[in-house]
Amino acid sequence: MMKCDLCDNEATTHEVVIRGGKKLERHLCEVCAKQHGVDTRPNVPIHELLKNFVLTPAPVAPARALESARTLKCETCGTTFGDFKANSLLGCAGCYASMEASLGPVVERAHEGATHHVGKVPRRALAHSRQGGRPMEALLGSIREREERLNLLRKQLDEAVRNEQFERAARLRDEMRALEGSGGSLA
Amino acid sequence: MNAPSEPGEPKRTTPLQGDLHRSRAGWLRGDGRLSDVVLSSRVRLARNIAGFAFPNRAGRADRARVLELAKARILGAGFTERLLWVDLHHAAAIDRTLLVERHLISKQHAKGKLGPSSGGPDEPRGVAIALPEESMSIMVNEEDHLRVQVMRPAFDLAEAYHAADAADDRLEEALDIAFSPRFGYLTACPTNVGTGARFSVMLHLPGLKLTGEIDKVKRAAGDMSLAVRGFYGEGSEAVGDLYQLSNQTTLGKSEGVLLHEMEQEIVPRVVEYERIARRQLLERRAEILADQAFRALGTVTHARILSSDESMDCLSRIRLGAVLGLLPGLDQQHVNQLMLFIQPAHLQRLAGREMNQAERRVARADVLRRELSGYCR
Repeated sequence: MMKCDLCDNEATTHEVVIRGGKKLERHLCEVCAKQHGVDTRPNVPIHELLKNFVLTPAPVAPARALESARTLKCETCGTTFGDFKANSLLGCAGCYASMEASLGPVVERAHEGATHHVGKVPRRALAHSRQGGRPMEALLGSIREREERLNLLRKQLDEAVRNEQFERAARLRDEMRALEGSGGSLA
Repeated sequence: MNAPSEPGEPKRTTPLQGDLHRSRAGWLRGDGRLSDVVLSSRVRLARNIAGFAFPNRAGRADRARVLELAKARILGAGFTERLLWVDLHHAAAIDRTLLVERHLISKQHAKGKLGPSSGGPDEPRGVAIALPEESMSIMVNEEDHLRVQVMRPAFDLAEAYHAADAADDRLEEALDIAFSPRFGYLTACPTNVGTGARFSVMLHLPGLKLTGEIDKVKRAAGDMSLAVRGFYGEGSEAVGDLYQLSNQTTLGKSEGVLLHEMEQEIVPRVVEYERIARRQLLERRAEILADQAFRALGTVTHARILSSDESMDCLSRIRLGAVLGLLPGLDQQHVNQLMLFIQPAHLQRLAGREMNQAERRVARADVLRRELSGYCR
């Protein structure tokens, strides 16, 4: 009989965790396993397990992300992500680049899941700059705009269905159909 | 240009030139599409000049420099024949309030306080106003360096956008605008990035209020990511059954798409709901509507003391009566304008002196009695 790591009872739950590249084995009895949040249900459906796996981020990651977000600082003006959290205002244009990783999700939430600009571009920016070798004008293309819009609509549709906003979902679906129908010739 | 005053220097104020307080705001003219429900349309573009911190983070020297650059560009762009420039850091409090009441600047811009650590009455900031219609104003050093706003009477977002877009083009001919391919126009608050464009309409919705369906409309608006605010914007109650409806999302949809959604789908639908509510009220409770309109007219033409809220309530019922033809001879444009003229700073500028609240209530009753007595029959 294998003994529980924490008491003298028989170990019935065996867990292997890889943490920081090291393999950690734990052998626990049912009581201790429950106390430490280890799932002891014998027949957990596989999708339940998967869901937990997917939805529960590794324990180290969020703490580190939070920590780095808090200390994130704009190289240009010195505004920190903490400053931004406090008054909802960024300090300068450079903040967007310096804090892009942390700002991305904030921006996405504020704009119904949108991640990228679609629309007008200042002409001087067009004349001066290129992104990855392509002139910025490419960003204005109607094909790209259509795709961006479709991606956004898909996300919004999922969300509407989840929230049982069926009237909204119908509206979104109609718009998607119209867009999908209008596409081909442009490509 | 006036040099920004030093911190220790006593505040200088220069009186606002002209007679804005007497003039009718072009955007409240009251004729045009859907004018029975839509008072005015407005498009606002948020822009920042590259190379300078946003106003909340910029030091006084940078704010002064931005003001100088922006002012020179705005005045040199040849927008209209008459452009009124106001250095708000030198303007009297009452004049700043007057501009808020006329929707030419925001409350925040009137106060001038931007963040916890900076700001105050003498922060370098200003506004350019296109005269005589007041159809456009450009705020400098508000939350963003530049806020271009164009207003049109009734329902005409397309024309308002066209004008704002053209003004924006002119400004950027000589200014480097902060922009990123991913986030679009970069703004101090990430809720404005992307197009930086806010499309809004001022709606008069007394019908939906009376039938109790206004909350449904508000909820639906929320579902569609629209903001519903009062006559005086964020945080203001919906006095006089006036509601401002605007898009909240500015990223991921082009200006054309945003315009299309507001213009073709959202606003016409809300207007239709309001019209249905009014029709139902007319069919089932016509005498109640008429009674309310005449009582309101009775109040404002006989009262000697009137608060702002009570006046706005009365004007709302009078406007509804006028639109529905229950008050023959009374035209809604007149009522629209009165909604401005009874505001505190307007009353004081009209009287030519400062007044406390009690005095203003008397003055307000005087104005309404004088303006509307002719319609009492």
